[in-house]
Amino acid sequence: MTAPVQALSARGVVERRLRSDGGDRLGLVLQVALLLSLLISLGVLVVLIGDIVVRSLPVFAERPVDFLGSALSSRPARAGILQGILGSVLLMGFVAALALPLGIGAAVYLEEYARDTRAARLIRTNIRNLAGVPAIVYGLLGLAVFVSSLGLGRTLVAGGLTLAVLVLPVVVITTSEALRAVPATIREAAFGVGATRWETIRSHVLPYAAPGILTGTILSLARAFGETAPLLMVGAIAGTFTSTAIGDMLTGSYTALPTIVYSWSGQPQDEFRALTAAAIVVLMVVILLVNASAILLRNRYDRKW
Amino acid sequence: MGGALTERGTSLVPSDLQIAPARRRRERLIRSFFLAAAGLSIVISGAIVLSLLGNALYFLVHVDPSALFTDGWFPRRGMYDIATIVAGTLVISGVAMLVAAPLGLGAAVYLSEYASARSRRLLKPALEILASIPSVVLGFFALTWISPNLVQPLTGAPLSNMASAGLAVGILITPLIASISEDALHAVPSYLREAAYGLGARRRTTSLRVVVPAAVSGIIAALLLGVSRAIGETMIVAIAAGGTGGSLFELNPLEPGQTMTAAMTALAIGSDSVRGEALTFESLFFVGLLLFAITLGLNLLSDAFVRRVRSQY
Amino acid sequence: MTESGDPVTVDTHPNTPPMGEQVHDSAPTIRRVDSAAARTAERPASEGIAALAADNAVFELDELSCYYGAFRAVRDISLAIPQNQITAIIGPSGCGKSTLLRSFNRMNDLVDTARITGSIRYHGVDLYADGIDPVEVRRRIGMVFQKPNPFPKSIYDNVAFGPRVAGFRGDMDQLVESSLRRAALWDEVKDKLRSPGTALSGGQQQRLCIARAIAVEPDVILMDEPCSALDPIATLRIEELMRELKEKYTIVIVTHNMQQAARASDLTAFLTMGDDRAGYLVEMGATDEIFTRPQHQLTEDYITGRFG
Ligand SMILES: Nc1ncnc2c1ncn2[C@@H]1O[C@H](COP(=O)(O)OP(=O)(O)O)[C@@H](O)[C@H]1O
Ligand SMILES: [Mg+2]
Repeated sequence: MTAPVQALSARGVVERRLRSDGGDRLGLVLQVALLLSLLISLGVLVVLIGDIVVRSLPVFAERPVDFLGSALSSRPARAGILQGILGSVLLMGFVAALALPLGIGAAVYLEEYARDTRAARLIRTNIRNLAGVPAIVYGLLGLAVFVSSLGLGRTLVAGGLTLAVLVLPVVVITTSEALRAVPATIREAAFGVGATRWETIRSHVLPYAAPGILTGTILSLARAFGETAPLLMVGAIAGTFTSTAIGDMLTGSYTALPTIVYSWSGQPQDEFRALTAAAIVVLMVVILLVNASAILLRNRYDRKW
Repeated sequence: MGGALTERGTSLVPSDLQIAPARRRRERLIRSFFLAAAGLSIVISGAIVLSLLGNALYFLVHVDPSALFTDGWFPRRGMYDIATIVAGTLVISGVAMLVAAPLGLGAAVYLSEYASARSRRLLKPALEILASIPSVVLGFFALTWISPNLVQPLTGAPLSNMASAGLAVGILITPLIASISEDALHAVPSYLREAAYGLGARRRTTSLRVVVPAAVSGIIAALLLGVSRAIGETMIVAIAAGGTGGSLFELNPLEPGQTMTAAMTALAIGSDSVRGEALTFESLFFVGLLLFAITLGLNLLSDAFVRRVRSQY
Repeated sequence: MTESGDPVTVDTHPNTPPMGEQVHDSAPTIRRVDSAAARTAERPASEGIAALAADNAVFELDELSCYYGAFRAVRDISLAIPQNQITAIIGPSGCGKSTLLRSFNRMNDLVDTARITGSIRYHGVDLYADGIDPVEVRRRIGMVFQKPNPFPKSIYDNVAFGPRVAGFRGDMDQLVESSLRRAALWDEVKDKLRSPGTALSGGQQQRLCIARAIAVEPDVILMDEPCSALDPIATLRIEELMRELKEKYTIVIVTHNMQQAARASDLTAFLTMGDDRAGYLVEMGATDEIFTRPQHQLTEDYITGRFG
């Protein structure tokens, strides 16, 4: 220790030694550096949100309703994101209707039915690897299979299928985790009174795991909402809806909110910068709201069990 | 429910120990739905591999081999220099890892070893929010803020450059690296920490010499996954790296460049004309296959490290 | 398999030898010689049980062995469990009591690696024969577990779940009430049937689990150390309850609490572990006999606490 020890009482010396961690300069430097790396990441988040909000202000100040309610246009003063919102909502409908039941079903099979066989292990490994496949490769899958082979063309149906396939592995993985957290004693209790496997799952396992499953699937939907690259592959870029009849929307050309962000960000005019920022604000508000509700849901049930 | 067999001598026959046929049928039906759902993942993998392989092979068979080694990636002119887009991918992933590895690991060690339970409850969701930002947003941020406010003033680079894109990709993967490494650090049993403290070690020594080494497999797994994610990242590069029409071979991060992923978007967006040009449509799948193989390799490697963590404790 | 790799057992299913045992002669083989002493001592007791069995056996076990993968947890148990009696299974921990008990209602089917050889007959029907449905088996042979495991649902739903899935069409309220009454819990919970079962005390939870088990009108109730998580007063309540329930049900209880076996059961089976770590039956008989005049030295050592 560098401090003049003689000036202190014996008790002080002991106490000082006991608290010597406070005198570890290198340790302090390390702690500050570590904290800084965390704060830098979060600082970027703050700068990003601040910058984009400021950029978007002109749009939201001048024509908030018009912006949300107008169709795409090459003239900045008239361009709006209604079509993107519609497209994204419909796409999410597809993802929810396809990926959730199939993903939850697959997880239920793997966790509740499958014995620990080589086939089950293969499927598990396969799903983990699918979760790591870059999103753009799913776009290629959609292009080759849904757009070309199945002849769906560059339609919202093809885009929705592509996104559903993209989030499926994530849904399986998060659902599996939630199912694994269900205590075995609950299953035993149900089997013990003569319930079948499905009765056990439906009445006890799924309700118990529901908060976890819900959190995971909500987060994966949020991710799909902002996903852009695969949609570009299957042709969501150039399109606009030609009518608002649901059939036309599903089978004609279409667009989505994140692809609008992408195509506007390539426009050189300053007005489009503001429009892009405004579209991003809408996109982020949706994603943050969804995320926040998922996190709240999780925290709430974490405490309960 | 059947009789309770309480009277002595009541006899039971095997068919008494069967459930109603309708109940059993429903059971089987539901089970087969779940099985089909699980099997679907295999179908998807097969479809990915087949659709990539088919078109990529077609490309390889029909392309003039010399077109794969030219002065740049200009598919519409029949110049498919793979080295160009691989180099761009490596430069951007390299910049990204320079940012994300220290930030992500630092954040992980802080969260796991230093932060109080309360601040952890605040900071972790904040990181999750950062992780939830779509890459198209970060691409816009790279082009309109990182490049003009950080990179250009310091280096005089053009607005679109690989460094800005790389920085944004780094920000994108930082939460991923942080969260996986934090899991690994968290999994280190507390008796190891207690043992170190019991020997009079400081927190610094305990974290860096005991906990981090014990979690090293998990940390490597996190970094590998980060690299894989960086290589597969598309939108940031497509928006901010400036290789839209094609690119010359370029290793300088301060210049515009082209990655595999951005090359694919560029090809796909020229949508309708893609079919017409000789091999551009198929080249898209060739690049996709390359990307798929590289990221799969990294993911499998990362998985192997994760398994090592599991077998340790 | 077993560490010594000894040519154990009479295998009553020679054409389905357990994994890892294929090397052995498929014909019934000779018994182990080193436990001959245990065998001879066991014989009189077995014969006594055979006599009991002829009359009113609910379960008859014939050379039952239970395996987890290649590991044999229970070896060659033959015994009979009489109707409307309380049979206690005692023995040191890890000797396979739970495994044995869980083979009675095919609960062990839930463990991937679990298998049996030999047979268990339930009212004369082989429980492991083809076409026997473990779901219906468990409906008739209920189970109460070591740790009280009420569903995280209301008290009412805890009791009503079993009858509901079994297709019960009658008056559910009344069935719930009568089950709770028989489990001596009604008076304590009748005003809060909609509150969660997990909010009850440990002893109440265990009685709720008993009510849940009897709500499906089983024939047998298996109890696996039902009091090990309870305080002495709650334990006595459960024992009292068991004596009442035996009028209507056959009860098999696993316990490692000697006093409990002595207090509460009519018959006692003592299991212990061999050198191969497989549990085997040392002797079985009337509880008084076992506790006052055990036939075998191992039993005497165990019940007087000289074991291990
Ligand atoms: N699910 C299982 N998988 C593998 N081995 C098991 C399993 N359950 C129990 N065992 C083993 O079987 C033996 C008997 O266990 P158990 O029946 O629980 O004994 P007891 O109830 O008498 O304490 C023990 O050696 C135990 O390790
Ligand atoms: Mg036990």
